[in-house]
Amino acid sequence: MSPVSKAKAKTKTKTKSASGAAGKRRATGKSATAAATAAPRKAPLAAARADEPAVRAPRTLEELMRQALVMESEAAQRYAELADAMDTHNNREVAELFRKMAEIEGKHAAQILSMMGWAEPPPPSNKPGWEGFEGPETVSSDEVHYLMQPYHALQLALINEQRAERFFAQLSRAARVQSVRKAARELQAEEHEHVALVRAWMKRVPRPDRDWADDPDPARYTD
Amino acid sequence: MNEIASPVPRTAQTYKSAYKPIWCPGCGDYSVLSSITKALAMIGRAPEDVAVVSGIGCSSRIPAYTACYGFHGVHGRSLAAATGLKVARPDLTVLVASGDGDGYSIGGNHFLHACRRNVDLTYIVMDNHVYGMTKGQPSPTTEPDWDSKLSPGGTGLRVFHPLVIALAAGANFVARAFSGDPNGTAEILAQAIRHPGFSFVEILSPCVTFRQEQREWKHQAHPAPVAATDDPSRAARRIMTDDGFNIGVLYAGNRTPYPAASGKAKCSPADLETEFAL
Repeated sequence: MSPVSKAKAKTKTKTKSASGAAGKRRATGKSATAAATAAPRKAPLAAARADEPAVRAPRTLEELMRQALVMESEAAQRYAELADAMDTHNNREVAELFRKMAEIEGKHAAQILSMMGWAEPPPPSNKPGWEGFEGPETVSSDEVHYLMQPYHALQLALINEQRAERFFAQLSRAARVQSVRKAARELQAEEHEHVALVRAWMKRVPRPDRDWADDPDPARYTD
Repeated sequence: MNEIASPVPRTAQTYKSAYKPIWCPGCGDYSVLSSITKALAMIGRAPEDVAVVSGIGCSSRIPAYTACYGFHGVHGRSLAAATGLKVARPDLTVLVASGDGDGYSIGGNHFLHACRRNVDLTYIVMDNHVYGMTKGQPSPTTEPDWDSKLSPGGTGLRVFHPLVIALAAGANFVARAFSGDPNGTAEILAQAIRHPGFSFVEILSPCVTFRQEQREWKHQAHPAPVAATDDPSRAARRIMTDDGFNIGVLYAGNRTPYPAASGKAKCSPADLETEFAL
């Protein structure tokens, strides 16, 4: 079983608990939105600590899980795009790794759908909860290189998981609704596990040589 | 009993072809392709009701990567082909894809007159300030002091300012987007497609092979602090004085597109074929 598969197996259990509150509410006929009646009118967009960027704390559990779903779906889509690009450039090892990542993130998204009882993704919120153009778990599309090695791909995955962990930590601090805070903490714990698993995986992958980016037939013009 | 199949909801995937892009990994054009397909999903037209026309260059490969009708034309002439298509088939949604070399240099004259004619097209220019496909020559938007082996010491030439020129030439919609913001770009493109007349969207799309410093664009791009205006003079002032990284719709005008009445095609393909019969 690969470290990523282990991560997935653990995540499944954790995700259940993260959205368990929503499941209980469905059983009693109350929606997650209705349960959060104490939610403030405006979502707080305030940093809970002076040293961290502002996040928009969800007002309901449903809103939180929608954000988590968007994060996972976008991350999966980006990993799939990067896998295709690496395949095209004959970097099979990294393509395979990105494809695994896409599969894992896709499964996380599917788990959220299943746990929330959504037949299909609900429309995303007008404003995402994070700062910046893309979700915390999405690899920036310009961070890759056609000669990159599996270690580099794992480095990118590590950065994403760490960013996702920080994001949920911030949400849990900024949330004013108890159920949101609790679920955000559980999601943070999940991302924390992923960080540890990616780190462990990196230990088993050879570090790149110094000249990994050297190309005897470069695209750039040379004299 | 005949069953009527329920319509399958169109997603971005609906508009993607089976061909995998061959751009360099890290190229901004991947995200632009993703934004185009997301925008088309927002619009919801069937892929066969959309045509994507292009010229030559990295960015002009896009038609092949969509499931829509496509025309990969000659260098700089995408707007001429697209104008003919839209006038003959006003029922189609026509997108035109180009780059800063194809669109502003070789196709510069077509650009001016396409803005002036105000045919209902959406012109998407992926600007990376370099000719990437031909290995890194300076383009009209390359900074005058960009030093490279092909332009030692820089060209020393003033840069082309496409947004101001589009506005002055009569484009009815002018926007700037950034490939690193694929969702925001998709929304801008959907607005551009819906807006009547000639819509021009410049997308800053880094070339990570020849302009590696453009990776910094993700730290420089920011949402435009003000909403779009329909006042060309105000828009011109904003565009001329901004930092070049203002993202958003900068002008949305009210000019009547040419031809004024759009709708059904005036003639069938069979009618057109008779024109060419020997």
